[in-house]
Amino acid sequence: MTNLTELTLTEMQAGLNKGEFSSRELVQAALERLSQVEPALHAFLYIAGEEALAAADEADKKRKSAGATGQSPLLGIPIAVKDVLTVEGLPCTAGSKILEGYVPPFTATSVKRLKDAGAIIIGKTNNDEFAMGSSTEHSAYGYTHNPWDLTRVPGGSSGGSAASVAARCVPAALGTDTGGSVRQPASLCGVTGLKTTYGRISRYGLVAFGSSLDTVGAFGRNAEDVAQIFSVMAGRDQLDATSADMPVPTIDFVGATGQSPLRGLKIGVPKEYFIKGTQPEVEEKVRAAIQQLKTLGAETHEISLPHTEYALPVYYIIAPAEASANLARYDGIRYGPRADAGNLWDVFFKTRGQKFGPEVTRRIMIGTYALSAGYYDAYYGQAQKVRTLIKRDFEAAFREVDLIAAPTAPETAFEIGERVDDPLAMYLEDIFTLPANLAGVPGISFNCGFDKNHLPIGLQLIGSHFREDLLLQVTHAYQQVTDWHKRAPKL
Amino acid sequence: MEFEPVIGLEVHAELRTKSKMFCACEVVDSTTAAPNTTVCPVCSGMPGTLPVVNQKAVEFGIRVALALECEVQQTSIFARKNYFYPDLPKGYQISQYEQPLAINGKLIIRTSEGEQTIRLRRVHLEEDTGKLTHVERDGKSYSLVDLNRAGVPLLEIVSEPDLHSADAARAYGEALRDILRYLGVNSGDMEKGVIRFEANVSVRKKGIAGADGHPPLLGIRTEVKNLNSFRALERAIEYEIERQSKIIEAGRTVEQETLGWNEARGATYSQRSKEDAHDYRYFPEPDLPPLVVEQNWIDEIKSKLPELPRARYLRFIEDYGLTAYDAARLTEEKEVADYFESAVRGLPSTVQPKVAANWMLGDLFSLMNQASKTSEFFKNSEAWNRVRPEALAELVKIVSEGQINQTSAREVLNEMFESGRGAAEIIAARGLKQVSDESFIAELVSQALKENPNEAASFRSGKTGVVNFLFGQVMKKAAGRANPQVVRAELEKQLAQ
Repeated sequence: MTNLTELTLTEMQAGLNKGEFSSRELVQAALERLSQVEPALHAFLYIAGEEALAAADEADKKRKSAGATGQSPLLGIPIAVKDVLTVEGLPCTAGSKILEGYVPPFTATSVKRLKDAGAIIIGKTNNDEFAMGSSTEHSAYGYTHNPWDLTRVPGGSSGGSAASVAARCVPAALGTDTGGSVRQPASLCGVTGLKTTYGRISRYGLVAFGSSLDTVGAFGRNAEDVAQIFSVMAGRDQLDATSADMPVPTIDFVGATGQSPLRGLKIGVPKEYFIKGTQPEVEEKVRAAIQQLKTLGAETHEISLPHTEYALPVYYIIAPAEASANLARYDGIRYGPRADAGNLWDVFFKTRGQKFGPEVTRRIMIGTYALSAGYYDAYYGQAQKVRTLIKRDFEAAFREVDLIAAPTAPETAFEIGERVDDPLAMYLEDIFTLPANLAGVPGISFNCGFDKNHLPIGLQLIGSHFREDLLLQVTHAYQQVTDWHKRAPKL
Repeated sequence: MEFEPVIGLEVHAELRTKSKMFCACEVVDSTTAAPNTTVCPVCSGMPGTLPVVNQKAVEFGIRVALALECEVQQTSIFARKNYFYPDLPKGYQISQYEQPLAINGKLIIRTSEGEQTIRLRRVHLEEDTGKLTHVERDGKSYSLVDLNRAGVPLLEIVSEPDLHSADAARAYGEALRDILRYLGVNSGDMEKGVIRFEANVSVRKKGIAGADGHPPLLGIRTEVKNLNSFRALERAIEYEIERQSKIIEAGRTVEQETLGWNEARGATYSQRSKEDAHDYRYFPEPDLPPLVVEQNWIDEIKSKLPELPRARYLRFIEDYGLTAYDAARLTEEKEVADYFESAVRGLPSTVQPKVAANWMLGDLFSLMNQASKTSEFFKNSEAWNRVRPEALAELVKIVSEGQINQTSAREVLNEMFESGRGAAEIIAARGLKQVSDESFIAELVSQALKENPNEAASFRSGKTGVVNFLFGQVMKKAAGRANPQVVRAELEKQLAQ
């Protein structure tokens, strides 16, 4: 029998439908793969082996009784979930000591929709504490290793999910993207990662970091697999007032006319995303990928997103400001550990002082400062104004072009420990991904080659609001004529 | 030195919706419900939860705003007010800050000096906090957190500093409570803490005008928090006026600070100085889109507003010829006013509505007060059914027709209240019907005069006061059922012979 963990999600579905293997066999294979690679990777914070096997048996029973038609689309497919998304009954730490031992009493809407569609949750994946970071080194529970080179980071903050898909533990995994936390690790791990439009997928059950920026996204081995996960999760949720009441498109990869979706497509190449400081091989491979899209029928145009340089400072005011309020609930009163102290204020000070890591503490302080009386207008108020300019950059661009193509990250995976004590260097990792979050538009990253160290390079496509379908179709078209996405790390 | 107090009030009123402001938890009486029984992941601030606005709370807020003649804003913005406290699960309260639900309203109050218009600055929606109880156990002190109240919709109503006495502040508070009750958005049960006051108080020297024709400058103000009764509101303001006046008279300066009120000591105490004032770091709530209310909806809510206490008060005086005092008492609560108007509709046109008012405010109220609270009587249909307004009207009609006298009528009302039976039925059963038959009464009078010749003689010699004794004798013979007017007339007639 083929190695089941080598199969893509779509292949797993086909096999299950044909009765070639059972869901239990799929889950068992995933758990066996995990037992092999997890000691070297540390991609997971919690592995729900027994629960997953029980769910698999349930799925197999259902499949038998329901017959081939009328199946839930993801019935019996194992997936992994980033630890900032809640799953009822499974621990949820968000990578923080302040949530150690916390077991949420409810399931995030995104995860619930996947479970309702039959997906099986294998476990919770590692991430930077409260999704604040670009390397997964800021997890309070140890860092995750990049499957392509174990001495390097997988990117972050959804590093565990990206690594678990790259290492063939699961065919797909959920991530969240506030400033690049799906796209950048997808790039560094050589997998396909979709950041959705703000409001496209419910944030209910997503442990909040920057509420106006947070989005749920997905990792898979290819666009087709990611599209399946995306379609199930997307759509209005009455538990999230910011979720959009937009129809969820069925993503057509065949095309009614059989024509390439790229024929006549206008792709903008923003000059601000090709700058000094980017690793030459990254620029080279990204330009080659754009050329490839051209040969598939797309037109390319150089465009300008003139306020790009302000994205980083704007982001590092807005996201920490929102985080400073979002993280105020971790006070040791209702859940999580409580520091031993003689009075109320010491409970607050000690619990928070001891249990938040340095990066989280730094951002809470930055955010608190930015919102303080006398500073609000100069920082938060000003940042919101510039954010509007960045949004307008994209609006103007999407009047001219259908998609924007750029590198996902300026460099391939860096060494573990190289930047963890240099916040600014770490923040620069997200320089090409932050603007899409500020504008609320969707983006995708997928493998478009390797550098000399055989580390994956990601191409980022950015679409206009709610055009995930186009991002996925173009990625799929690219993946039909290339095989970068099929390369697997040797583990 | 004479001082003029300047007072502004912030009123927090809970909105009596079925569910909480941002989640589906039921709103319960947090003074009686078992702790933490109406709590969910949202109102307990679990990670990953999000608020969703309760539309009914918005409707209630608009109802109040319109009743207070405010401009309802088509777009208002929720904001986070950040501070740490164990009764605040998220570490911030969702409130409204820069763009409130409504602005620029007014409330007309009545004081001993007549009517005054108090301007309202704003009305905004927010959520209540939980409740802390401090207990001692095994020699250690604990604070217990009850989150039943956390997330209950609150409406904050902020006045301009247009009030100039503790009396006026109380009148303002009462008028506001009456309106909230009329609108059905708040029970008005002060002892349950559903309405809470904060008073901003300052004093300034009387008669000193500001420069260049500007209004006189305000003194330095203090803010007294957590005033949960009209009495506390009144006393705290009086205390502050006196305290601040003394400080200024002594040539010192009032310190701007936040104060608490100690009910037992009858004094305010310092909670926070200006330097320690909280920086709430308000910013727009990213989890909630701007609250947009359509004009159609505002118009619809407006068209359904009930007649409000002041309008009804004026109409009662005008239409029913009531005194201002009676009209005020009858219109304080909607149910009482409704009862009165129902009773009036049952009266024949020959009977003044005032008579029904007297019966209600006198005997009926006192019966109800003995049994339970007046307001509960009018809200509790079971109790209300015992003396329905039509039944009271019937009794008033019977009395006005002279069928029974006042004393009997009181007994009848008593029994109506006890048994729920009608007046006519009780009168018949107890044989209380008044006798007006002149020949029968003439016979009783003539008997009484015969039995009391001395008294009759002294009357005729000019001691007219003795007539009351003779009247009593006649009534005794009639067992109290004789029509007193007929008896008096007959007595005078026979004595004159």
